[in-house]
Amino acid sequence: MGRAPSPFATKIPYEKKDLKIVGTNPTARGDAVDKVTGRARYASDISLPGQLIGRVLRSPHARANILSIDTSAAEALAGVKAVVTRDDFPDMAIEHAASGELMVNFRDVTRNMMARENVLYDGHPVAAVAATSDAIAKQALKLIKVEYEVLPHVIDVRDAMKPDAPILHEDQFTKGVEPKPTTPSNVAARMESKLGDIEKGFAEAEIIIEREFNTKPVHQGYIEPQASIANYTEGGLAEVWTGTQGHFVFRAQIAKLLEMDLSKVKVIPTELGGGFGGKNNVYLEPLAVMLSKKGKRPVKMVMDRDEVFRATGPTSGTNVKVKMGCTRDGRITAAQAELNYQSGAYAGSSLPLATITVFTRYDLENVSVVGHDVTTNRPKVAAYRAPGAPMVAFGVETVIDEMARECGIDCIDFRLLNAAKEGTQTHFGPKLGPIGYIQTLERAKVHAHMSEKLGPNQGRGVATGFWFTLGAETSATVNVGEDGTATLIFGTVDVTGGSRSAFAMIVAEELGIPYEKVRTMSGDTSALGFNFMTAGSRGTAAGSMAAVTATRKAIARMCEIAARKWEVEPDQVVWEDGKARPAGANVGDFAPMSVAELAKEAAWFGGTIAGHAEINVAQGGPGFGTHIVDVEVDRRTGAVKVLRYTLIQDAGKAVYPEFIEGQFQGGAVQGIGTALNEEYIYNDKGLLENAGFLDYRIPVASDVPFINTEIVEVPNPDHPYGIRGIGEVPIIPPLPAIANAIHDAIGIRMRDHPMSPPKVLKALKDQMIEDAAAQGTAAE
Amino acid sequence: MAKQYVTTIVNGDNVEVLCDPTQTLLDVLRDEMDMTGTKEGCGTGDCGACSVTLDGVLVCSCLVLGIEANGKKVETIEGMAQGEELHPLQRKFIDHVALQCGICTPGLLIASKALLEENPDPTEEEIRYWLAGNLCRCTGYHKIIEAVQDAAAEMRGN
Repeated sequence: MGRAPSPFATKIPYEKKDLKIVGTNPTARGDAVDKVTGRARYASDISLPGQLIGRVLRSPHARANILSIDTSAAEALAGVKAVVTRDDFPDMAIEHAASGELMVNFRDVTRNMMARENVLYDGHPVAAVAATSDAIAKQALKLIKVEYEVLPHVIDVRDAMKPDAPILHEDQFTKGVEPKPTTPSNVAARMESKLGDIEKGFAEAEIIIEREFNTKPVHQGYIEPQASIANYTEGGLAEVWTGTQGHFVFRAQIAKLLEMDLSKVKVIPTELGGGFGGKNNVYLEPLAVMLSKKGKRPVKMVMDRDEVFRATGPTSGTNVKVKMGCTRDGRITAAQAELNYQSGAYAGSSLPLATITVFTRYDLENVSVVGHDVTTNRPKVAAYRAPGAPMVAFGVETVIDEMARECGIDCIDFRLLNAAKEGTQTHFGPKLGPIGYIQTLERAKVHAHMSEKLGPNQGRGVATGFWFTLGAETSATVNVGEDGTATLIFGTVDVTGGSRSAFAMIVAEELGIPYEKVRTMSGDTSALGFNFMTAGSRGTAAGSMAAVTATRKAIARMCEIAARKWEVEPDQVVWEDGKARPAGANVGDFAPMSVAELAKEAAWFGGTIAGHAEINVAQGGPGFGTHIVDVEVDRRTGAVKVLRYTLIQDAGKAVYPEFIEGQFQGGAVQGIGTALNEEYIYNDKGLLENAGFLDYRIPVASDVPFINTEIVEVPNPDHPYGIRGIGEVPIIPPLPAIANAIHDAIGIRMRDHPMSPPKVLKALKDQMIEDAAAQGTAAE
Repeated sequence: MAKQYVTTIVNGDNVEVLCDPTQTLLDVLRDEMDMTGTKEGCGTGDCGACSVTLDGVLVCSCLVLGIEANGKKVETIEGMAQGEELHPLQRKFIDHVALQCGICTPGLLIASKALLEENPDPTEEEIRYWLAGNLCRCTGYHKIIEAVQDAAAEMRGN
């Protein structure tokens, strides 16, 4: 996931113990009252005195060289205080860095933020202005004259791989191919993942199934458009309020792109109105800082929804080929895949993640995966909840369903026969530790959902998913107040309100004080050491490791206070049930001291009580889930209705179970949207035709049923509470589960995403024509 | 264009404001009155994050001009709780974890309140169709529907 595992990374062994607070559902959530009363403050809710409004001029072409940019008329307009173009930003050398689950290259980041030599997609930023009002800023954009040389473009991944395709980058030669190619290509990189001997595996197979799948890009679809407000002071300091999944990473990127010292940039994360991976990247922030520097006033920038669709996110569109072989008794002998993933205008899709995780749900001897990262004239892709995984699961889980039917084995039994378990060698490297995959399958098998009767044109599908839990740099501070209450300052972004509560529960559990006595709050980049983003399902899993570490340091400090008071050695004091106690009878007869009592005496005995954690959390705690879905296909319209949905997933330990259910349900419904409706639609000019929520249709309340959830708990051995990441797995299985259910309903295998009414209707018509032809042949 | 003088009643308070005739009610609320509880998700009436009521009618405030609020009553999320006491819908949204990121929550609460005023005992299907104009990307709607059902039951005195 972007970086090699560190031998110095932190693991804390699982501690089996009775819990008082962790695992309950608290009634008071730190963020909730502000969110239901409209008082929660998101980036676009913040205004500063004297602020200007910033707007971005975007490319109207899919691909063009920029011959000239004339901003003089815009600059002359009354009320315009600053205009920026490529000339205001330094060029960057090739340098890669992790940004969420994907890697970025600063040479490309600066070009994506503000076009330099050329524009490479509809919506690519070309200039930005700051003016005293939004109306003046918009008027100024119209006065900027850009001379373009329009060039041929390419949108589809398969087209972009053809030898005669328009080449986006003349200096891009396919990496991972020996010898180094001599001609440039849209294929930025070729990568492989292998295990065993694939030829031997297919030789042992009695059934071989090979299929091809295509998916369209989909957008994260967060309801809050990107928004940032920046203030550049005369002293050369920048303050940025923004909606982000990782303010420390944003600080690093802003500083790099603007050639500033890290210490001179402060990023304050606001409440985040949804991200799902789409807010792992800077878009507006460096522009706002530069406009503020030039305009000498704070600058606020908020994207319109069409800008969000045209220029942020989305996922890769993909072309996936899956070939698998098994014996007649259902043992998979070989698993092969070719993954062709769009990266958008610049190299770097989720392909590396997809390549190494394609088959990780299964215990396989022979695996061969080849992947291609392909540049096309679309916005640079961003992470989206288990980036790259749903598309490849679409292929694998559909082929698994076909193989199970071919063998005459129930599709859950087939998966159980081949299921990954503790000790399974993955094709991405490590052997799996204790995991809950088999438990999710077994629970699915006996779930009441499986015995619900199906009517005509109704079908049932099953699919499964796997995702990592990222570790990475994580910091936190616990301050124990003079009154015995505690405040945790955390540095991971709490994207939903859930981790804030989970952290409070864990700190309360550790300290032995009531949940209500712990406040948790987000720290800006000046409050803590570096924290990696909330990505890779790490928010609560990794953040809580830092919270536990910091709290235990505060507890050590409290034991020290008790030792000083009792005039014993610190190791003669233990912490039990929320109190410092003598370690044994021989230490002396001292009354145990509570947090509040210790806090009162802290000053005299050396100073205030606090604990810090600055750790690099080891990656771990992979998550697995099984989904069951029932659908009904309307043969007249091709519309697919989801009738029933059940999701079972291993959470390791559910700290706040109702919240985990909510994440499961939300992920599943995003997956349903992906499966049935969502897609980017480009016209023949390479312009996005559905850049709004009316035409890019995400699920609404009437589209979906209740989502039944079950939580399995197989503790993560490297976390004191056993927590695994849970956020990403739920979006993986819906796409293949629905495809399998459609097949069960109407006998048609859908392999082109989305499975929207026109596609299903066409498939039904093709089926009727084939059936009629077959009957005709039979009649002859 | 010259600004126009608008008087309106927002959450029971008389408010006077100068609006540009092209400004939406959403922008007037957020930018002129500093009432940022009402959110903008799309600006085209597709997401419902900006839901308010105008003389009791549920509207997307991004599709209404500020000057149209002249002489009318506007109810926003800021007026939903009575002092310290949350509206039953607000309480039930918290109890049922019917919100995650929270950006859609004000609009969903306003829309749900309008539903229960019109139909105090809605079926699951009626709730789902009434709220179909309010997008939520975090929750999958499950807990929102439960919260509305529970609040409706409480408000009916069950």
